[in-house]
Amino acid sequence: MNKNTSKKSIVSSKNNYDLDLLQNMYKKMLLIRRFEEKAGQLYGMGKIGGFCHLYIGQEAVVVGIQSVQIEGDSVVTSYRDHGHMLACDMDPKGVMAELTGREDGYSKGKGGSMHMFSREKGFFGGHGIVAAQVPIGAGLAFAHKYNGNKNVAITYFGDGAANQGQVYESYNIAALWKLPVIFVIENNKYGMGTSVNRSSAGDNLSDRGKAYGIVADIVDGMDVIAVRDAALKAMDYCRSGKGPYILEMKTYRYRGHSMSDPAKYRTRDEVDEIRQNSDPIDNIKSILVKFGLKDESLKVIDTEIKSIVGNAATFAQESLEPSEAELFTDITIN
Amino acid sequence: MSIEILMPALSPTMEEGTLSKWLVSEGDIVNSGDLLAEIETDKATMEVEAVDEGKIGQILISEGTEGVKVNTPIAILIGSNEAPHPTIKKIAENPYIEKAILPTKNKDKEILKTDSNSSFITVREALRNAMAEEMRDDNNVFIMGEEVAEYQGAYKVTQGLLDEFGDKRVYDTPITEHGFTGVGIGAAFGNLKPIVEFMTFNFAMQAMDQIINSAAKTLYMSGGQMGCPIVFRGPNGAASRVGAQHSQCYASWYAHCPGLKVVTPWSSADAKGLLKSAIRDPDPVIFLENEVMYGQSFDCPDGSDFTLPIGKAHIEKSGKDVTIISFSIMVGKSLEAAEILNDKGIDAEVINLRSLRPLDTETIINSVKKTNRAVTCEEGFPFSGIGSEISAVINENAFDWLDAPVTRVTGKDVPMPYAANLEKLALPQVDDIVNSCINVCNKS
Repeated sequence: MNKNTSKKSIVSSKNNYDLDLLQNMYKKMLLIRRFEEKAGQLYGMGKIGGFCHLYIGQEAVVVGIQSVQIEGDSVVTSYRDHGHMLACDMDPKGVMAELTGREDGYSKGKGGSMHMFSREKGFFGGHGIVAAQVPIGAGLAFAHKYNGNKNVAITYFGDGAANQGQVYESYNIAALWKLPVIFVIENNKYGMGTSVNRSSAGDNLSDRGKAYGIVADIVDGMDVIAVRDAALKAMDYCRSGKGPYILEMKTYRYRGHSMSDPAKYRTRDEVDEIRQNSDPIDNIKSILVKFGLKDESLKVIDTEIKSIVGNAATFAQESLEPSEAELFTDITIN
Repeated sequence: MSIEILMPALSPTMEEGTLSKWLVSEGDIVNSGDLLAEIETDKATMEVEAVDEGKIGQILISEGTEGVKVNTPIAILIGSNEAPHPTIKKIAENPYIEKAILPTKNKDKEILKTDSNSSFITVREALRNAMAEEMRDDNNVFIMGEEVAEYQGAYKVTQGLLDEFGDKRVYDTPITEHGFTGVGIGAAFGNLKPIVEFMTFNFAMQAMDQIINSAAKTLYMSGGQMGCPIVFRGPNGAASRVGAQHSQCYASWYAHCPGLKVVTPWSSADAKGLLKSAIRDPDPVIFLENEVMYGQSFDCPDGSDFTLPIGKAHIEKSGKDVTIISFSIMVGKSLEAAEILNDKGIDAEVINLRSLRPLDTETIINSVKKTNRAVTCEEGFPFSGIGSEISAVINENAFDWLDAPVTRVTGKDVPMPYAANLEKLALPQVDDIVNSCINVCNKS
């Protein structure tokens, strides 16, 4: 990963990139960054409780992939899910209100940071058990195939989850049944506090699909153009009925595993080095400048995003706590 | 030389089978390993091989004979040079096979009085019919599990489904419960209606996280958005002589968890009516069958519109002296106990719970208010069992009506032993129910 990756990759990319597309991706990445910073702040103020896993540093992954999704595709991920929801165009107000545990949250305040969903936006969670979303993603892909549509299920999981047995049970089933699922390994180098090198045998996590005959690519997950290019290729493959695909995204999380992580397992220098040289938002920003976007336009975007996030934070604190009657609703449908 | 060839036991619960075809004739010379006959059990058709060399001296059981008990001599093997001679037919007995509940007894009980269009079918057939009917009605219903397709079901419950519905509706899975359960749940989130068969519920423990954390809780965690219309079904409880890891009742494990429905059929009508309701239900349903019951026959309504409501118990026999509250295989044992009690002057009421969650507390309480005494029956362990819950429900709602403490009949608090005598001791028997009822009736 180095500072110039994006500039190189946009030149080398075979796919078309116009200013609108780039600008939209930038906006989404910035929205995720600012949203997560605000969530961290509200957590520090005691407005958000429990576990809160921030996505800062990984924004290019979900935004690049989301940029090639089509209507009807399904997305499922782990508990580090705020970015995925915003990328799916879920309302930041509803996401933030869920973080504060209020009635206007996506789960009426009953799910919290790790458990949010929007059928309307094709977002199937938000799952709190490491790797549990992986077979679920394969199952969503099963439903697409069963229904004979061209949709794909995008299934995100981290490097930590990549060691769970159910991931390989899912690989096996997905490959056997040729399910249209993209397994996106967000390799941010640390499963909680244990580095990949200390938890995972073998060279690359993506190699592990080989045993099942699953095609895999390793992608610079700090470069949204590289992510988008890889996602286009994977989507084409899946939509044409060839079966699953693995994308291993080399990415990095700037914050701790959760808000309560003292981060003793890595140095400040390591984080700073990546922040300064490989930041995904800086990367796309420099491309926008190269495309001729002026400082004033960037400032307008900044202001717009800050306002969205500010409004979401206000909304989330003003929304009421769920009524006590909600305790006993939604346990079963009938 | 004269060696009896015996009807072999081909599965842990097989007591009898059909000698469907002889592959040799009298006078044929056979060598060890040669195929002798085809035998059909309620689960599978299998070939019987010769274990000795010699000549088929006499065939004792003609082909097509049904209900041939295990260990019955089916042919006589003699020396290659001997001439066939008359033999003494001796029926060997397997001392360890418990007396089966006679199906005809159940038929006489008129389980369903309302529907004249009914058939006398096995629980296995009733389950299959329920699935087939629902699959015909709703294209979103499909079945997945180990050996459900080409093998026709490890316990033959899915027999014929692959032929009728094809491989887009009937899926053989790898032997990976954790993974395929998660795939089923994902498919349910994707608006399909999966039936996930576990070869037995013992293996579902591998998938427990997906069942509880993903299937049961997601509706709540999503504020009502993420329904999970899925049925997990398969045999639960003790089979026969398969040891601790394959013989456990998980009823209380699942009944413990909000978000699940837990259904426990006993008869063929229960099996069909409840499974159809389970498949139609928008919530995740744990459907606990019992392997020993698969081959038992009962009257069962024919119509595809026949269903039984989840959450409603059924009084199988009304009585005034004591209420026996049971589910699954224990319903049959409770009815047997009630007959014995009747001879002793005790008129027992037998409740078949049918569902454990939601539990039909109204039926239990009303019965106890009438009889003033209650005995619970289950195969599972006593500690934190279904009986414990029912006892608490009765205490909380009908304490003043009780003339004696509620008594539990349960499996023993031990892992299931393999030895036949110990296994019998570990499982609740009819006598245990009879004795418990006599005890509570003697207290006042």
